[in-house]
Amino acid sequence: MKQYAYYPGCSLESLAKSYHLSSIEAARELGLELKEIEDWNCCGATAYFHVDELLAYTLVARNLALAEKENLDFVAPCSGCYKNAYFTNDYLQQDPGLAEHINFALEEDNLHISGPINVRHLIEVFVEDVGFEEIKKHVSRPLKDLRVAPYYGCQLLRPKKDSEDVENPQFFEDLLSAIGSDPVEYGSKTHCCGSSLIITNREAALDMVYKLLQDAANREADVIATICPLCNVNLELYQKQVNREFGTDFSMPVMYFTQLLGLALGVEPGRLGIGKDFVSTDSMQFIMQNPQSS
Amino acid sequence: MAAKLTFSKEIANLLYAMHGNPIKDCIQCGTCSGTCPAVEFMDHSPRELIAMIGANLKDEVLHSNTYWSCASCYYCNVRCPAGIDIADLMYALKRYSMWKDQYKKDLIGPKFSESFVKMIMRTGRSFEPVLAPSYIFKYGTRGIIQEAQTASALVLKGRLPLLPKKIKRLENLKRMVRRIIPIGEPS
Repeated sequence: MKQYAYYPGCSLESLAKSYHLSSIEAARELGLELKEIEDWNCCGATAYFHVDELLAYTLVARNLALAEKENLDFVAPCSGCYKNAYFTNDYLQQDPGLAEHINFALEEDNLHISGPINVRHLIEVFVEDVGFEEIKKHVSRPLKDLRVAPYYGCQLLRPKKDSEDVENPQFFEDLLSAIGSDPVEYGSKTHCCGSSLIITNREAALDMVYKLLQDAANREADVIATICPLCNVNLELYQKQVNREFGTDFSMPVMYFTQLLGLALGVEPGRLGIGKDFVSTDSMQFIMQNPQSS
Repeated sequence: MAAKLTFSKEIANLLYAMHGNPIKDCIQCGTCSGTCPAVEFMDHSPRELIAMIGANLKDEVLHSNTYWSCASCYYCNVRCPAGIDIADLMYALKRYSMWKDQYKKDLIGPKFSESFVKMIMRTGRSFEPVLAPSYIFKYGTRGIIQEAQTASALVLKGRLPLLPKKIKRLENLKRMVRRIIPIGEPS
């Protein structure tokens, strides 16, 4: 079993519990082990970077050093954690002075970073390491006739890293096709969900969530698939409030891509955290009740 | 004697480590403002704010809600034709305004960020209920009731533990932080 140093991040212990459950299950079905990093700490989210950049890098560096000790790729299912880890790792490589300063602090926990460390988002592991052909081979319950709106959000793609397509990526659509569903084309797929503005400027965040839901609904999506706990929470948990503020009646299921992947791989819905949602997924029963083709 | 530092130089210095180009490269094209999903909730668009920094309008910049309305989506960054790291400029302005303690007092962002940092220093991980006092009272009675209802529904769904988790080596983490910023003993 190929192993990864898995960094769940704080949301996956609470609001995004089902993302954690479904990630582990889907990975196992495909022969991957997500080995949780021992005693990991918060990555600083965005708020820590509002206060002190150097301290925020130090928090992230501790998690990177813990992964380096295991000699495994660092994998984060949350786009925010991923972005923080990716760029901290990058800065530590580019700036030996910064690395020296942070390694001095890491000594207090008997840790050290030499780097570079491979920092990956969970979806990259499925797309790049497993691959679409291999995933297809393992699909026992194809999500036939399910119209899925792939929602990339922001921080997986941006800031720009190498040569990735930041305006019109396709790998999420390809993954959704590999599990038998119909990916929906819609213009908002790389727009912002409002992230932590849902707390600090709710009016602005709800406006962004409303536009996203409306776009997916106009394209007759059955479900929105997410790759980040914050995107999921904003689109799902606050959907009712959007309906109140905008006089809409959205009942758009929002699921983590790992839940859809897990379903297609034949995992029982309860083990993927389905049922913990606020927007009912009953409209998708036709998929869940599909007998598995063998 | 050193010349007095202008506000625009001071902000430029804050950005010295940035990978993007300095804000003096801004051509005022407005691509950032046209791209920004939060622009209609800002009192000055990102383009205007950059012009205001260039014009040394320090008080106006410090009392703007623009950078506190930035969601860190980085769309402006990838589209800026001058290659300016605009989202990181917004971060730098957040830090500057908190450091100077000069921000609009009705904003939730600064208090929220401050309580977030304190929380991490106490437990090493994030736990949403600990943060609630930093913003909930700004939501009004109806808002507070809604938040309480959401929280209890989350608990019932098994999506909100009742107690925060503490990391095991919290004392080491605290000592690490003191090596970065020697602030003396924590109170």
